[in-house]
Amino acid sequence: MTHPYIPNAEPRVRAEMLAAIGAESVEEFYADIPAELRLGRPLDLPPALPAEHDLVRHMKGLLGRVTDTEQALSFLGHGCYPHHVPAVCDEVNSRSEFLTAYAGEPYEDHGRFQALFEYVSMMGELLEMDVVNVPTYDGFQAAGTALRMACRHTGRSKVLVSAAVAADKLSKLRDFLAPDIEIVLAPVGEDGEITVPAFDAAFAAVYLETPNVYGVVETRGRELADLAHAHGALLVVGADPISLGVLAPPAAYGADIACGDIQSLGMHQSYGGGHAGYIATHDHEPLVAEFPSRLFGIAPTKVPGEYGFGDVFYDRTSFAHREEGKEWVGTAAALWGITAGVYLALLGPHGLRELGETILARTRYAMDALAGSVTVLHPDAIHFREFAIEVPSSAALLDALRERGIFGGVALDARTVLVCVTERHSIADIDRLAAAVQEVL
Amino acid sequence: MNTAESFAELPVTPKPPLRRFHQARWDEPIIFELSTPGRRGLAVPEPGAPPVELPESVRRAEPPGLPELSQQLVLRHYLRLSQENLGADLNIDVGQGTCTMKYSPKVNDSFAAAVAELHPLQHEDTVQGVLEIYWRLEQMLAEISGMARVSLQPGSGSAAIYANIAMIRAYHAANGEGPGSGARDQVITTMFSHPSNAACAKTAGYEVITLMPDADGLPDIEALRAAVGPRTAALMITNPEDTGIFNPRIQEFVDLVHQAGGLACYDQANANGILGITRARDAGFDLCHFNLHKTFSTPHACGGPAAGACGVSAELAPFLPGPVVTSDGAAYRLETPPRSVGKIRPFLGVTPNIVRAYAWIMALGADGLRQVAETAALNNNYLMHKVLQIRGASAPWGRRRIEQVRYSWQELSEETGVHSEEIGVRAADFGVHYWTSHHPYVVPEPFTLEPTESYSREDLDEYAAILAQVAEEARRDPEFVKGAPYNQSIHKIDSTPLDDPKAWAPTWRAYVRKHRP
Repeated sequence: MTHPYIPNAEPRVRAEMLAAIGAESVEEFYADIPAELRLGRPLDLPPALPAEHDLVRHMKGLLGRVTDTEQALSFLGHGCYPHHVPAVCDEVNSRSEFLTAYAGEPYEDHGRFQALFEYVSMMGELLEMDVVNVPTYDGFQAAGTALRMACRHTGRSKVLVSAAVAADKLSKLRDFLAPDIEIVLAPVGEDGEITVPAFDAAFAAVYLETPNVYGVVETRGRELADLAHAHGALLVVGADPISLGVLAPPAAYGADIACGDIQSLGMHQSYGGGHAGYIATHDHEPLVAEFPSRLFGIAPTKVPGEYGFGDVFYDRTSFAHREEGKEWVGTAAALWGITAGVYLALLGPHGLRELGETILARTRYAMDALAGSVTVLHPDAIHFREFAIEVPSSAALLDALRERGIFGGVALDARTVLVCVTERHSIADIDRLAAAVQEVL
Repeated sequence: MNTAESFAELPVTPKPPLRRFHQARWDEPIIFELSTPGRRGLAVPEPGAPPVELPESVRRAEPPGLPELSQQLVLRHYLRLSQENLGADLNIDVGQGTCTMKYSPKVNDSFAAAVAELHPLQHEDTVQGVLEIYWRLEQMLAEISGMARVSLQPGSGSAAIYANIAMIRAYHAANGEGPGSGARDQVITTMFSHPSNAACAKTAGYEVITLMPDADGLPDIEALRAAVGPRTAALMITNPEDTGIFNPRIQEFVDLVHQAGGLACYDQANANGILGITRARDAGFDLCHFNLHKTFSTPHACGGPAAGACGVSAELAPFLPGPVVTSDGAAYRLETPPRSVGKIRPFLGVTPNIVRAYAWIMALGADGLRQVAETAALNNNYLMHKVLQIRGASAPWGRRRIEQVRYSWQELSEETGVHSEEIGVRAADFGVHYWTSHHPYVVPEPFTLEPTESYSREDLDEYAAILAQVAEEARRDPEFVKGAPYNQSIHKIDSTPLDDPKAWAPTWRAYVRKHRP
């Protein structure tokens, strides 16, 4: 049988092609592979399922053995968020022309360049910054690169990082900044915010996240920007863009680099597969020179008034200069950038503000609803989307809730659980969680 | 402009009809220009709870300058942009050499959609089916590479290259030869390996040594002998390299590096032509990676999300990024290896693509993968046979090729003054894509074609005929080719502002500020 995916495996076609080339068999093409490196046996793989129906049945058998966050009532967040994904986002990112394209030139892939230019432009408006990259892999990578950019820019090799950052992200930063950059952690205060620590001219940057890992909105951004700037360092702020309809953009309180993840802007949770990172700066040439990733910009064509696009300052990249480039650039997460653009265009300034207000209000409602039966941490801080509670046993609480069809949150440690509330959680959903928590404790 | 009249004279046979292609041209404004204040594309739920007052220090002062559009207008705008984009589903995508453009079966997209509402921190008991897919794919890739363990965490091929260099660094550090010890601070790579091998090693703190090709187009083994020593942390090499040539002395390369105490790391971005034929571990490699979007057919998505996989020997397994999936035969659990380099990416990788890659391998099985490799090599050598009939095209180093060829238009360019990049732009007028970035230009006027197993003989004939047509045009009227494109969404671009800080416009707000004050 000629496999449906391999047209030229058809024996007659194959023979004719070999004859055209003047080759006896495909073996000739492998003449450079020494016999001792040949496998000499078929790969040991499960039996093939070439019939689509059989494949569907097999995959459904596997994928049926899950309970997803629509079947359960889920309050899981901690870096991956259950926001509503508008149908138009799914429609656009499943279009073949976008889904199966790669690195076409600005002519035949004009649409990709324009869609990504519009994404970075809308992010630029949200962040009040003029330079935003085509998405990097995820928010972890964006933070790591932003800090490396700050170090290259200042010529320094020490960064102050808020301790209110997810442990996994800190793990990434420790690996990615090694071996030449030292990380100093700024402890979290009792109010859930970063404390303002000793600082000197050896530091390249302060890294602040808001909302931070506890869902706390940091209020001392301006103070930290002034501190950093007084010592010739940069303020780097990790912000979830979905919060910026209501929260001040990092640039408004003096951030030099903003970065983060755009999963919340129209991407499904996809078991953690929906992440993409953004990095943004002002249009300051020395800092722009430190971006490793692609930047798309407008360029004129020979027809007046027509918009063309291309790579801005391509010479920065490792495509152009290999190890002399800034870090590396490869296939990252462009389609999620296009999708996030669709999301921002759908919501617009007022939709994003209203969404932020709904999330703020429901988060507070949930904190108040749980406060009767558990200790809510940092109760006086402003929370966006997440908050932490202290319980006798995280595992026991989450197990008991799961038995009731509720994924109650993420265990940060043996006694602390992080609860996530978005616009997808109705007041009735929150009441159900509060009642269940009270019942099982 | 691209009429078929001259086609009968082309030096290729058979002579397929020349397609009268025209890319969609919508003159679609930038989305901000479509904005009307007060419109919106989505309503959001009312809070249903008392509002939260924000202090001025954290409240946004002015609404962001986002466009305001009704829902249908947003949809129409993006559908028009999608039409002005040439995806692999629409064209004979053999011109994106080094990237392995192949068919991504539509049915696999439905499996990817099935995991959309899973959260990565759900309890393991609630995601057994997905963990089983991870575990099974890890086992399959271990068999395909010969490695002991696989991690599916990296978000792409380059991220997997980075993960490999992170493991190399951690491995040497565990032996007292880490950064700061003065030992093993160099990584050796080759000019035709992907730039990320050099760039990732540099990012991780290594000095990079690049081997140039010898007279046969192979990485120079004498240069390797001269470079290798106690400072060698690793060799990072692609094989076949982006020239399509398999290095027959690869085992010697690995042995030389091992004798010096370094590790050998195999970039398998070009694995498509060797599936089931030869394996990384069999040549002695300690680490390797795959690009699941290249070799295992997940869609390229305009440049991601992709997915990568790292494979390692038993000795390196404790250093893998975690978690990885383990099984006792009944249940699947997550486990972080004891000396893990930590997180390379959030959570467990790009799950929708893990699911797609798994389904693709299941659809093909061992025989199918072998057919993929053999057909990719057959298609490549058939296309090479066609392309080399075109006057002005050549392929340096007359060796057998596996899955792709780096060609040169040097002769045509010397004769006509037309450059490879311009030929690529003109080829797009016929509805095919042709990639023109091969920095640095070690091969003059380069182009790289990689037909993979997906394209039919008729497709390959058509692609070769298009190149032949453009080569003829270059001889007849070089200025015509240089003036291309003619059938695209837009006309020839003036790229100068893109490199000028005073004029570049990486966002609309920068454009308005600089060009429309």
